Amino acid sequence: MAQSLGRLRESPSQTAGPYVHIGLTPNFCGIEGVYPEDLGASMLNAKTKGERITVRMRAIDGTGTPLRDGLMEIWQADAAGLYNSPAETRGSADPNFTGWGRKAADMTTGECVFETIKPGRVPFPDGRLMAPHITVWIVARGINLGLHTRMYFGDEEEANAEDPILTRLEHHIRVPTLIASRAGDTYTFDIHLQGEKETIFFDS
Amino acid sequence: MKADRLSNRGVETGALFARDRTWHPPALTPPYKTTVARSPQRAPVAFDNTLSEITGPTFGHEILGELDDDLTLNFARPGESAIGERIIVYGRVLDERGKGVPGLLVEVWQANAGGRYRHKRDGYLAPLDPNFGGCARTISGEDGGYAFRTVKPGPYPWPNGPNDWRPSHIHFSVFGHSFGQRLITQMYFEGDPLIWTCPIVRSIPDRAAIETLIAAYDAQATIPMDARAYKFDIVLRGRRSSLFENRPEGN
Repeated sequence: MAQSLGRLRESPSQTAGPYVHIGLTPNFCGIEGVYPEDLGASMLNAKTKGERITVRMRAIDGTGTPLRDGLMEIWQADAAGLYNSPAETRGSADPNFTGWGRKAADMTTGECVFETIKPGRVPFPDGRLMAPHITVWIVARGINLGLHTRMYFGDEEEANAEDPILTRLEHHIRVPTLIASRAGDTYTFDIHLQGEKETIFFDS
Repeated sequence: MKADRLSNRGVETGALFARDRTWHPPALTPPYKTTVARSPQRAPVAFDNTLSEITGPTFGHEILGELDDDLTLNFARPGESAIGERIIVYGRVLDERGKGVPGLLVEVWQANAGGRYRHKRDGYLAPLDPNFGGCARTISGEDGGYAFRTVKPGPYPWPNGPNDWRPSHIHFSVFGHSFGQRLITQMYFEGDPLIWTCPIVRSIPDRAAIETLIAAYDAQATIPMDARAYKFDIVLRGRRSSLFENRPEGN
């Protein structure tokens, strides 16, 4: 026997279930007066630097039905490519931008709509710049471990073409599953949990 | 900068330990029927953490209201409180290195003492409690410690098999210091026979892993003439030290 490393094991995940709103967006589901507002409902204010955009996301199951009981969180850099986080050591992020949003899926359409800004580019560990992207985390009934993916921007073709994650994907044919299309100031990103167009999910 | 990285209390910027996906439930667990159409079929694509996973949002105490950690009172009319077995749920948020993690937002939600959620999609015939909302939140202390006051949630039937019952449970949502540590799980109660028949619990393959989600009854932590206590520790992904990492400019 060798010495023990004294490590613990991560708590195993369990589904967020159909009533995730009660805990994470109580005002959204009619539990009012406990918290003044749902956390993550607003990411920016009038002073936030950067290009205002709207991001509309849906998660779609293997039958083609949007998840109407799920919840998404997004995490992104500010317009200069800095994260509003203590672990950001390259500089100070825009204090008027949280970088983090949380939305329950609309109970009719399944959409999670985020009012945010377009993020700047962030370096990969080897120093190359990643293309602008938003990290997405999806939980819902029937999802045993929160799903991690990224949304890239359809109008950033040059940056996407040299992104260190996108360019290393073995099945390059699946890259479009990570790219949101732009119309006006709105990006639309459908996340397919299964099927021909199954979105790439990450283990990182 | 280097001193910060070496300190237990300073900001740590190392990458997270790889997640052991054999310890977590797989995406597809057919006895839990909803997973069948909602589970990705292709393998997730692995890469070592970038800044996008190492950084993460933080939440300060200014978001917390006085009753945010007390489910017996935070939805109750003045002078009243929720009905049910009064309990304290307490524990620590640790990482895989065994270190308590301070300053983390911990959010919980649960059914009332009869097993009914305050949610328009819950049609169970057990009644709502007018003094019980079902949510609470707190921020972990210096040693990673946290506590909530609540009533023990009831078990309830759910539409999966023809006669499936969820064991009593409390949902936990925890942020780490890195977005890659984000975790949602459920806490169960020591001695509940429903734990071992529940298709959601049994989505976890390893019995030892399930046991880490069962809170221990703690007679010593009981508050006399007030509330019994359960201890529940939560473990988040650990992280590497950045001592010997090759980090060219830009990171």
